Amino acid sequence: MTDSKTPLFLRTRRKALKTLGAGTAAALLPGLGTYVQAQSSEPVRIGFQVHRTGIGAAYGRWYDRTTQAAVEKINAEGGIAGRPVEIIAEDDGTDPKRGAEVVEKFATQHNCDIAFGTLFSHVVFGSAPRAGELKIPYFVVSEGHHVASGALNRYTLQPGITDVKSQVQAMAPFVAENLGKKVTMIFPDFAFGHDHRDYFSSAIEAQGGEVLEMIAIPPTETSFTKYFPKIPRETEVIYHVMVGPAVLTFVKEMGEFFGPSKPEIFGFIDSLEAVDLSSPGLEFLEGTYFWEGNPRYAQADQSEYDKAYRQAVGVDENGASVSDAKDISTYAHMFGCWETLHIVKAGMEAAGYSGTDDRAALIEAVESMTEMPLSAAHPQGAKMFNGKTHQVFGHQYISKVEGGKLVLQHTTSIEDTFYEDEVDYTTQSF
Amino acid sequence: MDLGPYLLLATLEGAITAAVLALTAVGLSLVFGVMRVVNVAHGEFFMLGAVLSWFVASHVGGHPALGFVAALLIAPALAGLIAAAADWLVLRRIDYDPERTIVATIGMLYILQQGALMTFGPDARPVEPPFNQRLALPWPSFEGGFHLTWPWGLGTTSYKLFIIVAAVSILCILWAIMARSRIGLIMRATQMDGEMAQAFGIPVERVYAFVFGLGAALAALGAVLIVPVQQAHYLMGGDPLLLSFIVVIIGGLGSLPGTVIAALLIGLSDGIVSVFFSPTLAKIIATLLVAFVLILRPQGLLGKRAT
Repeated sequence: MTDSKTPLFLRTRRKALKTLGAGTAAALLPGLGTYVQAQSSEPVRIGFQVHRTGIGAAYGRWYDRTTQAAVEKINAEGGIAGRPVEIIAEDDGTDPKRGAEVVEKFATQHNCDIAFGTLFSHVVFGSAPRAGELKIPYFVVSEGHHVASGALNRYTLQPGITDVKSQVQAMAPFVAENLGKKVTMIFPDFAFGHDHRDYFSSAIEAQGGEVLEMIAIPPTETSFTKYFPKIPRETEVIYHVMVGPAVLTFVKEMGEFFGPSKPEIFGFIDSLEAVDLSSPGLEFLEGTYFWEGNPRYAQADQSEYDKAYRQAVGVDENGASVSDAKDISTYAHMFGCWETLHIVKAGMEAAGYSGTDDRAALIEAVESMTEMPLSAAHPQGAKMFNGKTHQVFGHQYISKVEGGKLVLQHTTSIEDTFYEDEVDYTTQSF
Repeated sequence: MDLGPYLLLATLEGAITAAVLALTAVGLSLVFGVMRVVNVAHGEFFMLGAVLSWFVASHVGGHPALGFVAALLIAPALAGLIAAAADWLVLRRIDYDPERTIVATIGMLYILQQGALMTFGPDARPVEPPFNQRLALPWPSFEGGFHLTWPWGLGTTSYKLFIIVAAVSILCILWAIMARSRIGLIMRATQMDGEMAQAFGIPVERVYAFVFGLGAALAALGAVLIVPVQQAHYLMGGDPLLLSFIVVIIGGLGSLPGTVIAALLIGLSDGIVSVFFSPTLAKIIATLLVAFVLILRPQGLLGKRAT
């Protein structure tokens, strides 16, 4: 990690990391007993902004379960610096306006220490300015590049999940080498989809490929066949990423459109999150590829951490709820909640966090984090955090549909996901 | 894709939209025609039909066709009963006053939507179609003698074709009921002059409850047909409501033939404009059309001028 490709932030922050690691280790020392370190036994109040309703509801349900499981684990292990963690959940309706209102409630009504959660990028975009104004740390589990692009503020951090720019840049070489170079993209017509449009198209061009057509679809669309004739005949690869309640319809209609003569297909699992791969009409996906943030099906070489995490959140080997095989998880994204809460714990303990007056110290502590090794706190894989851009970088997984399951084919390195810094939030005042 | 096959695919997609839209809009038009009630909750009855369809289908085992047929019978009937009850409990009490019925049906919209959210949950739910073979469609080619080709992407499914046939059949049955049956006669009499009908011993309030229920059942029927293609979701009522209003205004408020013609016009133009240009442009054109109709022919294509 000392080669020239390693970003500066990783080389200069080693020392801070060691201090941080020591702090975390001390907090986790066995025998200290529950909450003995606490100067105050007041709970740490985490405002959880969750998509209970609206187009993100399926994600919200699993983000909630993952969050509850993580809090249960953290509390069983002594809480944060001896203080128990309490989750105050509020529905944002997958709506930016309500998202901002929810953040405001956390800061002014519920007296929360931090705000946390939310996936859909338009909600993050709508809420982050309010978090900045209210000076409440806002830990998001989205994938939008807007945190690292500098569009938000110092109070907004994304330490538990990688962003689209990283993901597509790491995927593009695999697509170009194994599937084809002439690509047609299908994506939702809002911030998250635009990140795909902008960063995948430049990433595939860097691989000598080209994007023949970009098909943007309104996020509330319910039928899709009418968009497919825009796919040029010479397309070698379809790159698809759709979100929301109509994803099953999208994939099914794509199969009906192509019939037996489909091009290679590379999709983001977002197009199928919370959808059963054995749903009628999805047989045509056999042999196609997916990006997964975290492999839905337990792989042959599954780590012990993934096993424990899967058990804790109540997900079986096929990525479904252990209590209902039809309730498919959003496994590719929800680990971000688990990991973010562990980072909040590490950050608060390193900062000696005692109350809302220490919010700036908490942000500085997280900003000084760098390496996050594969562990019980990071079951998806090792990560690197960049304190300047408030964005984490990690492994990406490419799976192939084989026998109705997603089988891991390729894991990218963390270095594959790096890009030049576009902002330095640490220079902004609190 | 070549222009010809491209156009055929667009027309097919448009025909499916038109079929479902015709059913939904005829329900709205019927309620307005007979009762003079602008039912803002109409889209939610559509949603209710879809969600009930999922509920029924998922509780019937065996072949997917069994669940679908059960949904086809039960979901519209239930939606109709709920609507009739709402008429009895709410609209009748405010004396069908035009302004107050608008506010009341807005209230119904929220109650139905939140009720569906609280009972069925926020997820999109699929219903398996009773049959669903992909049909590749041939296209005539005259290069080197006449022969048929099977262009890439030109196809539909047997179920999508069934939607069109089913919608046309249902509309024919509805026309027969309105034109040939006694209940149709009563409805038409109530539509023409409610007070006079009452004077002749027609139980107008019961007719109103029946018509409001029938309107909702037609919307629900459209939804049951489309759910195997799309999915049931508690927020799905918005689009059908907007499109139904567009269709009913263009066709002429209260005119059933006008509504069917306008549904065809809007459905097909939506399909074709969406495929060749963009779906957003299709909605813009439909809305512009409403503006022009209101300026040039306020009573709609086949509507009668208010006297």
